[in-house]
Amino acid sequence: MTDLLIESQTFEDRLRTVLPTDVDYASARLVDERTEHLSVRRNQMEPVFSEFDTGVMITIWDGGGLGYSATTDLSEAGLTTAVERARYWAGITSGAMVTTAAPTNHPVGTYVSPVEVTWDTLPLNDRIELLQQQSRLLGIDDRIVNWGASLVRRDVDQLIVTSSKDGDSGRIEQRFRFVYPSLRATANEGINTQTRTFGGHAYCGQGGAEVLGRFGFGDAASRVANEALELLTAPNCPTGVMDALLAPDQMILQIHESIGHPLELDRILGDERNYAGTSFVTPEMFGSYQYGSDLLDVTFDPTVPGQLASYAFDDDGTPAERQHLIQDGILVRGLGGAASQARSGLPGVANSRADNWNRPPIDRMANLNVEPGDSTVDELIASIERGVYLHTNNSWSIDDSRNKFQFGCEYGQRIEDGEIVGAVRNPGYRGISSTFWRSLSGVADRDSFTVMGTPNCGKGELNQMIGTGHASPACLFSNIEVFGGEE
Amino acid sequence: MNVSIDDQDYFDSIVTAATSALVGDEVLLANVSGERTDFIRLNHNEVRQAGTIDQRTLTVDLIEGQRHTGGSIRLTGERGMDDARLAALLAQLREQRRLVADDPFLLYNTEPFSTERVERGSLPEPDTALADIRAAGTGRDLVGIYASGDTFQGFANSLGQRNWFQSSTFNLDWCFYLRADKAAKNLYAGFVWDDEVFAQKVDWSARQVKALERDPISLSPGEYRTYLAPRAMEEVVQLLSYYGAFGMRAHETRQTPLLKMLVDGERLSPQLTISEDTAHGVAANFQSAGFLRPDEVPLIVEGAYAQTLVSPRSAQEYGVATNGATAGEYPQSMAIAPGTVPTGAVNEALGTGLFVGNLWYTNFSDQAACRTTGMTRFATFWMEDGEIVAPVNVLRFDDTAYHLLGDRLEGLTDQAEVLLDTATYGERSTDSARLPGAVVGAMRFVL
Repeated sequence: MTDLLIESQTFEDRLRTVLPTDVDYASARLVDERTEHLSVRRNQMEPVFSEFDTGVMITIWDGGGLGYSATTDLSEAGLTTAVERARYWAGITSGAMVTTAAPTNHPVGTYVSPVEVTWDTLPLNDRIELLQQQSRLLGIDDRIVNWGASLVRRDVDQLIVTSSKDGDSGRIEQRFRFVYPSLRATANEGINTQTRTFGGHAYCGQGGAEVLGRFGFGDAASRVANEALELLTAPNCPTGVMDALLAPDQMILQIHESIGHPLELDRILGDERNYAGTSFVTPEMFGSYQYGSDLLDVTFDPTVPGQLASYAFDDDGTPAERQHLIQDGILVRGLGGAASQARSGLPGVANSRADNWNRPPIDRMANLNVEPGDSTVDELIASIERGVYLHTNNSWSIDDSRNKFQFGCEYGQRIEDGEIVGAVRNPGYRGISSTFWRSLSGVADRDSFTVMGTPNCGKGELNQMIGTGHASPACLFSNIEVFGGEE
Repeated sequence: MNVSIDDQDYFDSIVTAATSALVGDEVLLANVSGERTDFIRLNHNEVRQAGTIDQRTLTVDLIEGQRHTGGSIRLTGERGMDDARLAALLAQLREQRRLVADDPFLLYNTEPFSTERVERGSLPEPDTALADIRAAGTGRDLVGIYASGDTFQGFANSLGQRNWFQSSTFNLDWCFYLRADKAAKNLYAGFVWDDEVFAQKVDWSARQVKALERDPISLSPGEYRTYLAPRAMEEVVQLLSYYGAFGMRAHETRQTPLLKMLVDGERLSPQLTISEDTAHGVAANFQSAGFLRPDEVPLIVEGAYAQTLVSPRSAQEYGVATNGATAGEYPQSMAIAPGTVPTGAVNEALGTGLFVGNLWYTNFSDQAACRTTGMTRFATFWMEDGEIVAPVNVLRFDDTAYHLLGDRLEGLTDQAEVLLDTATYGERSTDSARLPGAVVGAMRFVL
């Protein structure tokens, strides 16, 4: 299973042969993906699973129509059949499309994930032993009833070739190397069950074996297990209006749900109203809306080395570059690719992405980061008279306009008179996106700035699940409605 | 993919060939799933994206004694290429198997029992479907997705067992939008497209949109008498299902959201009976290790725990029999037994309160206590004396299932609605649910 299609000139020639040159625009997007799943649960190795996923999406724009056809048949005959099907769709949708403007760009370029330490240095038996070691460090007490360690490696090669009746052609080759480590410990006593995870799948990124060290994977298990046990005897989080200090592994969820999704231009244009929802953000807000306090700076940055959603081009072939979405609290730019920008007349970014070869691209978050401030975390804690420090998301719910939200965390720490006074369980908070970010009263500095990501963002019809990157320091919000679990 | 290929014969043939190349005492388990789906995505009654997805995935588990490793490839339909890919995968799995220990929780069916179920449909050509849908949306803000075509799943093993499930279905999941977030949500799904049935659905949606034209009101947080329509009930019970409320492993590891029922004697309403109703669902009745599912598994009977869904791995781990559950151990064909509230008179049964057509984005506020939160969505109305007063702006609820499905459950409707899962993550879902609506005496809203 080692032949890489992306390195096959014969296969690339086949793609170019079948792509039509008598249409307004055509592209073939090959995705060749190899994934290894390793997991140890309760010190028992689960079956090793290796996934090989290869397919091609053909896209044809012609005469104002647009058609897609995705296939696993990579023979010349199979690809030709897919081209004819896409051409059929372009024909029957002509005159019925929300937009008729075919792309005109034929970009050329490459991207390769930065890999410092190849997996050859940590062969399969060593990877299994690493997980067994972590598992043993998690299952340290009879009250820990379930625990596990897992490691997913995913290599994705993507080749896009384009053609048109003007004779132009393009070629983009991007080779991604992803790593997803995780740890989990669940403790129980009576009707109280508490779970701590290693970042709740937040600690994932691009790279090789060095990603494990980047996130401290080998050092986290004891803390995870002990905090799960600590929560069994911790009091419920207090209920009331107070300050909320959000750790980076909760901030990524806050950014994702109440900045990322509301700024997606396809939501604002209405595409997602039947499924993922619309947005409280309206077109006239761009350029003037006070999204947050003046401490809030948010960037779309696909150039961060090793972040989960770094790339050089989106799946429509638009070159990707760093852009401010919110600057000094003011909304300046949306999350929309070339098609959404053309439809809306709004500024956007290169974020038209598909989760696999069998789905067409739509507007997605990529790396969406809150820029660091200049306070230390200790200074933020010292400034809190009464509040809670919330770590690691475990519950998320928000309305279909991405406004009224309620989020829960695994682990909380009560803060009184500027000091952490103890752990609390079942911490949660709720608010309204359109006003929540204006209560941002402190942004920690680069020392707490953590580059993370989440592998499971769902959206789109047909449904798509994609990884997004988020980076943030700890952030302080004032006068937030906080609550705990059932007494 | 060559569309002339018979997927069932192809799968059988490729597994038979692979079986002949097994080494020593090896056992091969193989699963295939695939689809040929046409899709049309619409916004403002115009096409946003449209096309065809043609895919087949072969998943195998290669076993020797108690040691095994697994993997998957996409099938191309080109026999030489697929045989080569599968041979390469099996060679890799053999190599990996040398490095793994015995798996004490490995369990697969060793008593071959072959089955076949094929549901042929009558689906419109894409151009006809597009024209019909756009005609229904003329003058309206229609947004949604149409997906149609064949889906199939198969199991085969080197012991000679063969199981096949295939169906041709369509699914139109759409809204008529009035403005902002006010919309009427509807679904038309089945095996045979019927213009008359579709027209009735469109008419129902048009009447709902009309009702939404009244000025909306905003309700303050508090407790309100509520009717949860079947789609709203689906959001509540799906959350419980996905987090292990009915699964053996979640029970044994005390992660079930219904923990209080296990250890504290808590009960749900005696009106509530929940089952995994495979016989009346639209999913395959076999699973990936070759076990067949019983027609029905009672999960909650009159408010008390009955059985759990047990995957083969859980069966080995906890020393019980499997009932053919998937690894996730959640219902794929959930049914809640209907009650006594006349379905045609739910407005009267509700009287004054909230009529909730849909809930959205449910999650837990406190999982161990089964306290859940979520939003109202689409058409939610304030009713007085059984009459619509006004649409209600979105509200967040935060309440426990022990109230909503327990001491505050006044009644279930006397008819259950068949709800086909519209999910298409990776491939089209074959899950479904058969649920009644529920009248709840008081439901807590917080934002």
